[in-house]
Amino acid sequence: MAIQDVIIVGAGVVGCSIARSLSRYKLDVLVLEAGEDVASGASKANSAIVHAGFDAEPGSNKAKYNVAGNAIFEETCRELHVPFIRNTSLVVAFAEEELPNLRKLLDRGIQNGVPDLRIIGQEELRALEPNVSDEAIAALVAPTGGICCPYDLTFRTAENAAANGVAFRFDQRVEKVEKTDGGWALVTQTGERFEARAVVNAAGCGSAMLNNQVSATKYTIQPRRGEYVMLDKSEKGCFKATMFQCPGPMGKGVLVSPTVDGTIIVGPTSEDIDSAEATETTAFGLDKMRRLSTRIWKKIPFRSAITTFSGIRAHEPSKHDFVLGEAADAPGFFNALGVESPGLTSAPAIGRDMAKWVAEKLGAEAKAASEISDDVSLWPRIREATPEQLAGLVKKDAAFGRVICRCETVSEAEIRASIRCRVGAKSIDGVKRRTRAGMGRCQGGFCSPRVIEILSQELGIPPEAVTKCGGNSRLCVGKLFDSENLSEGK
Amino acid sequence: MENDVNVDVLVVGAGPAGLAAAVAARKAGCRDVRILERDDAPGGILQQCIHNGFGLHRFKEELTGPEYAQRFIDAVEEEKIPVQCRTMVLDISPDRVVTAMSPEYGIQQFKAKAVVLAMGCRERPRGALMIPGTRPAGVYTAGTAQRLVNMEGLMPGKRVVILGSGDIGLIMARRMTFEGAKVLACVEIMPYSSGLKRNIVQCLDDYGIPLLLNHTVVDIQGRERVEGVTVAKVDEKRQPVPGSEIHYDCDTLLLSVGLLPENELSKTAGVKLSPVTSGAVVDDTMQTSVPGVFACGNVLHVHDLVDFVSQESEEAGRAAWAYASGSSKTAESYTAVLDGFGVRGCVPQKIGKTGADDKVAVSFRPGGVFRDAEWRIRDGENVLFKRKGRILTPGESIHVELPRKLFAESESVTVEVVQEGVSK
Amino acid sequence: MTCIGCPMGCQLDVTKEADGTITVKGAGCGRGVIYGKQEAVAPQRMVTALMPVKGRSRPLSVKTATAVPKEKIGDVLAAIAAKCADAPVKIGDVLIADVCGTGVSIVATSNAR
Repeated sequence: MAIQDVIIVGAGVVGCSIARSLSRYKLDVLVLEAGEDVASGASKANSAIVHAGFDAEPGSNKAKYNVAGNAIFEETCRELHVPFIRNTSLVVAFAEEELPNLRKLLDRGIQNGVPDLRIIGQEELRALEPNVSDEAIAALVAPTGGICCPYDLTFRTAENAAANGVAFRFDQRVEKVEKTDGGWALVTQTGERFEARAVVNAAGCGSAMLNNQVSATKYTIQPRRGEYVMLDKSEKGCFKATMFQCPGPMGKGVLVSPTVDGTIIVGPTSEDIDSAEATETTAFGLDKMRRLSTRIWKKIPFRSAITTFSGIRAHEPSKHDFVLGEAADAPGFFNALGVESPGLTSAPAIGRDMAKWVAEKLGAEAKAASEISDDVSLWPRIREATPEQLAGLVKKDAAFGRVICRCETVSEAEIRASIRCRVGAKSIDGVKRRTRAGMGRCQGGFCSPRVIEILSQELGIPPEAVTKCGGNSRLCVGKLFDSENLSEGK
Repeated sequence: MENDVNVDVLVVGAGPAGLAAAVAARKAGCRDVRILERDDAPGGILQQCIHNGFGLHRFKEELTGPEYAQRFIDAVEEEKIPVQCRTMVLDISPDRVVTAMSPEYGIQQFKAKAVVLAMGCRERPRGALMIPGTRPAGVYTAGTAQRLVNMEGLMPGKRVVILGSGDIGLIMARRMTFEGAKVLACVEIMPYSSGLKRNIVQCLDDYGIPLLLNHTVVDIQGRERVEGVTVAKVDEKRQPVPGSEIHYDCDTLLLSVGLLPENELSKTAGVKLSPVTSGAVVDDTMQTSVPGVFACGNVLHVHDLVDFVSQESEEAGRAAWAYASGSSKTAESYTAVLDGFGVRGCVPQKIGKTGADDKVAVSFRPGGVFRDAEWRIRDGENVLFKRKGRILTPGESIHVELPRKLFAESESVTVEVVQEGVSK
Repeated sequence: MTCIGCPMGCQLDVTKEADGTITVKGAGCGRGVIYGKQEAVAPQRMVTALMPVKGRSRPLSVKTATAVPKEKIGDVLAAIAAKCADAPVKIGDVLIADVCGTGVSIVATSNAR
């Protein structure tokens, strides 16, 4: 393979944001991803919150990029045609002794440059959020807090990067980094070797392992698991704002927040674990999450649960901060390491700055505005269309009229588009995250056989080879009858 | 809109309920009845229920699901009732404007004089149970697995544990065994199965599959594909007992943990729902809280036997036509039917003191297992009706036809189970 | 054995006397006695299964026209899987005339075009 200008390791929201920003320069960029799809790590399983920025230590990268990311988030989402709602974040205090902590957050937020923060009392809080528990006595209001869809954001970011020439390779887990004359060589688990003049390490939980191969400044990543429950959109409207709990003797608590899709997310717990692969939920974690969430919402209706999941955050325990930029003793090797919360919020700003640093290093020229595509492979979504628009869509392509996922109202045309696009879906989960088919209250019970059929047709593979999420995650282990024998006729 | 269609009776869903309702409306005199169906063909879930046991009450013979469905499909064809397939209803307004979409016709708006809701039910998924563990391929609801096997000819797995002993789970235990899989256990959190005794014997016992009562799945393992599940005993509060864990190496977990009526469209129409049945609150003509909107089948309440679906749906179809034709005599006052001790989900929830039929059908589900018990209907201390039962179980709902005049004097009646030694 | 007559699920104790008569104990009603005798002498089951259809992936649902001896279920299933139906098939069509010497035929329970 030809030597690339830049290889980005990791196709999460950070890696894809860097790729998209780098695609604005005259550079050959390749993204190597260990998983089978974009957003297959922390980017697919997090709180989906666009943080205001009052939480991070003043002066830290977390503080700086949180506030910077928040400021450009709306514009980024508009460019990418992904949903973003500035729904306000509230940090709720439940006891007098928590009030000093609330004030500390306010001060910190002001230092970090978070606009329009204020503290409100019980009466105003109840007027804003009638479902909040009676024990809530005050809250910090952060109007710049928002919510987004993290996988939609990652996916459209990748699509736009690909539209501007970035190449993606999946199922390529980088295991070895070696210095070469002109830059770096990366060897993946398949044995394949990739060379580039510069490398950006956005490998999430794998990022310390890569850095430590090239730099004397060693880092560790402590995988930190957060467990979540998603409640059905029948609970939509229970809260308008994202409801955080004030840090207190009970710890940080869990949040309850609407999502841009109308469901309610509850979580996360926080538990240091041994393996970055341990994305299971646990009885202990789910139980804890239940208990903590009732502080905010007394009668939280877990009967409306539609799914549980967990995400792994890449926590760096020595600095507790994002490590961003070129490694001092490894020229051309750039880190985006230890990017945990508020990583999603920070991603657009990290992407912008990292691209600038890499381009400067390589002496790359920026593309002219006319050379940059704004295409994100947008397809019409029937659940968002008016009856008049729907009539037009079906006239153009009858497949828009065939509803595959009834819970989320997703048509056959959308599912096919999600597979055919540049960084297309290759599995049930890939389709699910791009279209929401299977993400609703029946969790794919009705639509998965049909999505299997469509994937099989589009990818040209037999239905029993279709996977849930790549690798060995085949949905069916075989056919009942051998089709070859069938065609001969027994 | 260009695709506006006026219709007398519009039936949503061509499963057993919708088919029966449409035929009944036609036979009552409705010339303009049509059915909208989201799937490619009529018949609903019966098409994938290839086992026998349907129709004993209705036809006095044992049919398979597709055979039972075909009898009603034939009747619909004979009556020349249009069934528009591949059509998804997107919205039903309180004044009965039904917006639907299909590849063939795009968006259509049906202005119906009466609407019959017959959308059926869905299965509770894993997420609703909050079972801890990984999220690999190989966890299916029993009905999804049934569709994959019986309709698509695909094999979902080879070593199977089944959680829940509802009838679909039991049937799938045998089906998977027939197709060469090893079913290791059927696990039920309750102290009794909600499935039919016949299915326990003929789907589990016949093939040596253990039924573990008072047990549940507490963990799922495997990153990509299911590699195993952990099962544990539960105490009286249905909490897992530490130390009682049993591990199974398996590649598949099937869930048969309950069905939920699919009432999202009913909500758009403003139909009042019962928190007990999760279906509409109806009177004895199956009319919902929205005039001219009727409900029947599993969208109204989950049935054990399709035979009763057909019966109930015919009532709904006739009543819908009566409403559409202006010939219905709405009762002036009603008797409320309330759930008492040991009774869950009486349908209908109210009975007209006057009505076209002298008889009314009442059904409910026992709230637990009661042996040598009696269930009765009372108005205060006045017992209006009683019937003994050697056994009442949640797995077998009770259906009874009673004279309307029985209720005529009461503002409300309570249906309850009475058993010696069990206090109210 | 467990009676399937009703949800009671009476545990039946079936014994065969020296003179060939069969006694059923534990049945709560007459239906249980009849079931117990039948199960003890010649247990029978309806078999419903899937048969391949030439030229299509979707299988055809079939059943035994009447119950077959329980011990024959495995053979009956093998015979059904070994046969391949030719479309079109209508409900009730006989696909195997006398399956495994039981005298019972295998019939289609759905239509295939």
